[in-house]
Amino acid sequence: MSDYDNDSRGGGGGGGRGAAKGKDEKGGRRGGFFRRRRVCKFCVEKIDYVSYKDVKLLSPFIPERGKIQPRRISGTCAKHQRALCTAIKRARTLALIPYVTD
Amino acid sequence: MSIHRQYELVYIATPDSTEEQLADLQQQVATVVERFSGTIESTEPWGRRRLAYEINRQREGVYVLQVINGPATMTTELDRRLRVLDIVMRHLIIRVDEAQAKEIRTQDRRKAAFVARRLRRGLPAEPTEQELIRRKAESEDSDGGADFGGEGDR
Repeated sequence: MSDYDNDSRGGGGGGGRGAAKGKDEKGGRRGGFFRRRRVCKFCVEKIDYVSYKDVKLLSPFIPERGKIQPRRISGTCAKHQRALCTAIKRARTLALIPYVTD
Repeated sequence: MSIHRQYELVYIATPDSTEEQLADLQQQVATVVERFSGTIESTEPWGRRRLAYEINRQREGVYVLQVINGPATMTTELDRRLRVLDIVMRHLIIRVDEAQAKEIRTQDRRKAAFVARRLRRGLPAEPTEQELIRRKAESEDSDGGADFGGEGDR
């Protein structure tokens, strides 16, 4: 296993299958730049309802620009990303979170 | 008899509105709710807050959150009313009962799975006090506070 790891790093990622889903959750991303292990924050903290009122909870998923951070970067699972998305959109209508910031 | 559901209503009043106006607004909401034989479960004024962006050239707003039980026709009426009022800059009505039930369901399921897992390993269903103490010590350890050296003595 570790041999294979070394191979792909040294040889510039032979297969180049960087984004195999199962792999991503377990180990780091292969090839490309180093990235920390991504886990769904909501799964880890066992948050079942993503509330639009909780700005503190939502704010890490809104980068400077004000866009919703994609799953491939934040590591959120599909289920929670959907919930997060609606929560952010609701918070936006209530002016708790900006639509855009420049 | 229509089905009653639970809703969350948040509205943002203009920052220059007086206490009186706010009370009046609340009264108006209450009358609409009453007319549809609904009930107001709770009222939570968040008070004055900075808006994330300007609405009607205002940078602040007075937020009020209310949890309301009532039929769906009530929400349409509330929506219509609140849209007409000048004092309300924004409002949002959201159904919450379903999401809440779902949350409770998943929590129950998780709890049940936890207990089942423990029983399979031959442990008592609930974590014993000793375990809790140990877990607490471990989490404090990982935080860096190594005051509790209680790893070896179980």
